[in-house]
Amino acid sequence: MSDNKKITLTIDGKTIQAESGQSIMNACDAQGIYIPRLCDSTGLVPQGSCRVCSVKVNGRVVAACTQPAEDGANIEHESDEIQGYRKDLVRMLFHEGNHLCPICEASGRCELQAMAYRFGISQATTYPYLQPVRPVDASHPDIALDNNRCILCGRCIRASRDVDGKNVFEYVGRGIHKRIGVNGDCLADTNADLNDYAMSLEVCPVGCIIRKGEGFFSPVGERQYDSDKIGSNIENHTAHSSLGKLIKVHQIDPNDAIHDDIDQSNVNEDKS
Amino acid sequence: MKKKRIATTSLAGCFGCHMSLLDIDERIFDLLELVEFDRSPLNDLKKFTRRCDIGLIEGGCCNEENVHVLREFRQNCDILVAVGQCAMMGGLPVMRNAIMHSDDPLRECLDEAFCTPKVLNPENQIPNDPALPLLLDKVYTCVDVVKIDYQIPGCPPSGETIWRALNALVKNEAPALEYDLIKYD
Ligand code: SF4
Ligand code: SF4
Ligand code: FES
Repeated sequence: MSDNKKITLTIDGKTIQAESGQSIMNACDAQGIYIPRLCDSTGLVPQGSCRVCSVKVNGRVVAACTQPAEDGANIEHESDEIQGYRKDLVRMLFHEGNHLCPICEASGRCELQAMAYRFGISQATTYPYLQPVRPVDASHPDIALDNNRCILCGRCIRASRDVDGKNVFEYVGRGIHKRIGVNGDCLADTNADLNDYAMSLEVCPVGCIIRKGEGFFSPVGERQYDSDKIGSNIENHTAHSSLGKLIKVHQIDPNDAIHDDIDQSNVNEDKS
Repeated sequence: MKKKRIATTSLAGCFGCHMSLLDIDERIFDLLELVEFDRSPLNDLKKFTRRCDIGLIEGGCCNEENVHVLREFRQNCDILVAVGQCAMMGGLPVMRNAIMHSDDPLRECLDEAFCTPKVLNPENQIPNDPALPLLLDKVYTCVDVVKIDYQIPGCPPSGETIWRALNALVKNEAPALEYDLIKYD
């Protein structure tokens, strides 16, 4: 991969060291600076689709999870403008699907909800609630899919394809009609298995992929984000050592085409 | 300081938000130093006696009476606050808007509730007494119907959350909630 040349970045006026070839997000993670994210997940190739990780580099808004850190880059991260974009994106996700947190099994450990809490979102927006009518697929004996909560982050697609080697999920449709499809008429028709990485709690950030019979496993008050802000593990450096190891899988080779055609061979290699 | 006048109502809600207001426990005495209650289910006043400073709305609108009451609250309150998820975004009642594979979700919802063998209702009658308020085609959030000034999230918001928000409101401040008080469940 990269030659690990040391480079220097400025983020909100603070100078940090990074390695060339690292994404801005990975460089910041290593320094305990948390950039909000939803479609990115440690161990999966970054996709750059949710834009919640937006930062401004030399005057341009880019996705920190896919943008390689460049020597001397001047990064704007927690300015009002950038935080405003991020908040709006998170707000819109709540309006686009049907997010009934009071009955959601993921409530309290959901990354979308936790992000809204982190951003202090409590007041009404001017966006309409779209209230889409989307099917629930409960055909599989161990797993259910409630697409009403899907935020189209694609983490399940990448986990199934790159880690499980299965391709259970894929995007179908375009624009507002885009959704997650499964490789068959319904989930029971696919080779999906409860032990797939794609079905683990780490992958789906919301309550769309449901492990049947496991819901509501922690009581209110003891759930993942009840007291810990999302991102606090990075800010407090606690999960640091394990993070360092996984980040390797995550690293972008600047020679690769970043957006469309990420070389999957190195992902699988690093996993084994 | 002149006491603020507060009115409250429960529309398409479960009264949980009102219960949560009572969950401020003995601080209710402190609250009564700051406010007096006008129209509210807590004192069973059914009509406004005069203009109010603050109106607290629990629940969204699922029938025409809810819409009527909500409009009355808007007309009679300076500040209108949507309390809880149902008032803010429809909450559990809003689930009837998006029933899977249904072209007529209201019909399907009523059929499921009254015409399945799960309930004792031999004639499969759907309640239609003229005294009952007409159901709306779907459940509307408060912002769909009137202008809402502030929201207090939660299902229900905890007594602490409501207490803090009310304390800000009686001081004519916007309720700014800290991290651990913002909850959507
Ligand atoms: S997926 Fe998250 S945001 Fe959506 S309803 Fe569940 S807890 Fe709420
Ligand atoms: S099902 Fe979950 S992991 Fe997959 S795209 Fe939707 S939100 Fe993301
Ligand atoms: S985390 Fe970077 S675009 Fe989603």
